[in-house]
Amino acid sequence: MTVPAIDMNGVWFSYDRTPILEDVTLTLKQGDFLGIIGPNGGGKTTLLKLLLGVLKPDRGTIKILGEAPHDANHRVGYVPQNTDLNITFPISVMEVALMGRLSRSRIGRRYSRKDRSKVEEALKKAGIWEHRHIPIGRLSGGQRQRVFIARALATDPEILFLDEPTASVDPEFEIDLFDFLRELNKQVTIVTITHDVGVISRNVKSVACVNKSLIYHEEGQITAEMIDMAYQCPVDLIAHGIPHRVLPTHTEK
Amino acid sequence: MWEALQFDFMRNALLAGVLVSISCGIIGSLVVVNRIVFISGGIAHAAFGGIGLAFFLGFSPSLGASLFAVGVAIIMGAVSFKSKHRADTIIGVLWAIGMALGIILIDLTPGYHVDLMSYLFGSILTVPGSDIWIIIILNMVILLTVIIFYKEFIAMSYDEEFAFIVGIPVKPLYFILLGMTALAVVMTIQVVGLILVIALLTIPPYIAEKYTRSLGGMMVLASILGIFFTLGGLWLSYSYDLTSGATIILVAGVGFFIFQAIGLLKGRGGITR
Ligand SMILES: Nc1ncnc2c1ncn2[C@@H]1O[C@H](COP(=O)(O)OP(=O)(O)OP(=O)(O)O)[C@@H](O)[C@H]1O
Ligand SMILES: [Mg+2]
Repeated sequence: MTVPAIDMNGVWFSYDRTPILEDVTLTLKQGDFLGIIGPNGGGKTTLLKLLLGVLKPDRGTIKILGEAPHDANHRVGYVPQNTDLNITFPISVMEVALMGRLSRSRIGRRYSRKDRSKVEEALKKAGIWEHRHIPIGRLSGGQRQRVFIARALATDPEILFLDEPTASVDPEFEIDLFDFLRELNKQVTIVTITHDVGVISRNVKSVACVNKSLIYHEEGQITAEMIDMAYQCPVDLIAHGIPHRVLPTHTEK
Repeated sequence: MWEALQFDFMRNALLAGVLVSISCGIIGSLVVVNRIVFISGGIAHAAFGGIGLAFFLGFSPSLGASLFAVGVAIIMGAVSFKSKHRADTIIGVLWAIGMALGIILIDLTPGYHVDLMSYLFGSILTVPGSDIWIIIILNMVILLTVIIFYKEFIAMSYDEEFAFIVGIPVKPLYFILLGMTALAVVMTIQVVGLILVIALLTIPPYIAEKYTRSLGGMMVLASILGIFFTLGGLWLSYSYDLTSGATIILVAGVGFFIFQAIGLLKGRGGITR
């Protein structure tokens, strides 16, 4: 039996005494494709940051691939939610994407040829290769999001975390991206936050809903309970027009 | 101007001006993109406490300033990590206390008349040859450190969180940056004085940022601009017998407004950017 990709046990977290996450327990096996939904401020990004070791839990334990979160740093990739930090920073698309190739063991060395070809591949996949010399601040929001996706892909991760990766990209790229992620999922465990229930039903293998506490559904169903917890409105309002997306059985595979 | 070059003090001044401009261009770029301008101002002023202490105890003011600057930089760095939201207040407090301490210690130093003005506004024309060597060594240290950790510095400055996630030790790197900032500040105090340090540290990088596409390019252009400002100011101050530090900064200030105007005319965005 392989170690789980994610193993969270009774995790609590608060920002200056405001509880954000309460008693979160989650085990995700390697090779899974987890979609995380939940309302704004529900704690989805916080959860991801705990898994990445950026934040430390108040209570409970977290293991990523059997290691303490931050020790697994070379094995994870990350697409942040906020991609418009430091817009005026003098840095090209290429240089941002190259950051995906940084690692503790290679501090103080130049980027290698292999690093550059990995990044080229990732930028091409994200459809942003022809803009590689452009300063990052001159791109549109969606283009920038593609660069951040490329940067995460360039890390060659075993687990890929994406925080609303398609929030500002066009529908065409969204479909391309998820097609690609499904393909990538054959080797890589994927965890993505999204507000798009459609994305969930079409692509993921399992679903979690986060609103202070976490409900996990291994079969990728969005249950009435989740919708209730996440959006505090009747299920059919969310499901309206997309009834097939709240199917009791999962269509993937 | 040219006949002035036969004087040792003038050659030293030119050399010091060029060297300090280079470290200001490199460190200033990092200071600007990491938004630690206020910390560097705090370091510069608090360093005066070290100068006062050095006079009081009778050792080299440069050494006193360096020790104090590095110490204060470490404290400020720790504070800005611990209490992010009140860091600016605490930096402001240290800034003021350091200055006050320096002045009181000089008051208490018996029978010693210290030329306060030379520390407040610099004394590039009196940089001794021995200090030039120290400045050369510090420059080398800064240059090498930035070259070795160049890609890590970029990552930390652009996206600290991501840098941390991929395993870059951002905290030590941040303290290294603060330490280098302290050293650059102490060097710059000699040239333009502690009140004007911030200007030489920020004006050239600020201009350079708009005309470059990489942090390295920004550092190089900022260094070149700094050299022009420093040497131009030095020449004006020599020709018209003006306070050198203030003249250098005014030249930089004029440069700042000229580039702002060019930026506005070209529609690249001015102050509002
Ligand atoms: N740095 C911070 N300091 C204090 N509180 C924070 C901080 N970051 C987030 N919070 C709080 O934590 C809660 C959860 O935030 P989080 O970013 O995890 O939500 P989210 O589920 O990702 O929301 P969204 O869908 O808007 O991205 C919010 O109520 C927010 O106010
Ligand atoms: Mg979020």
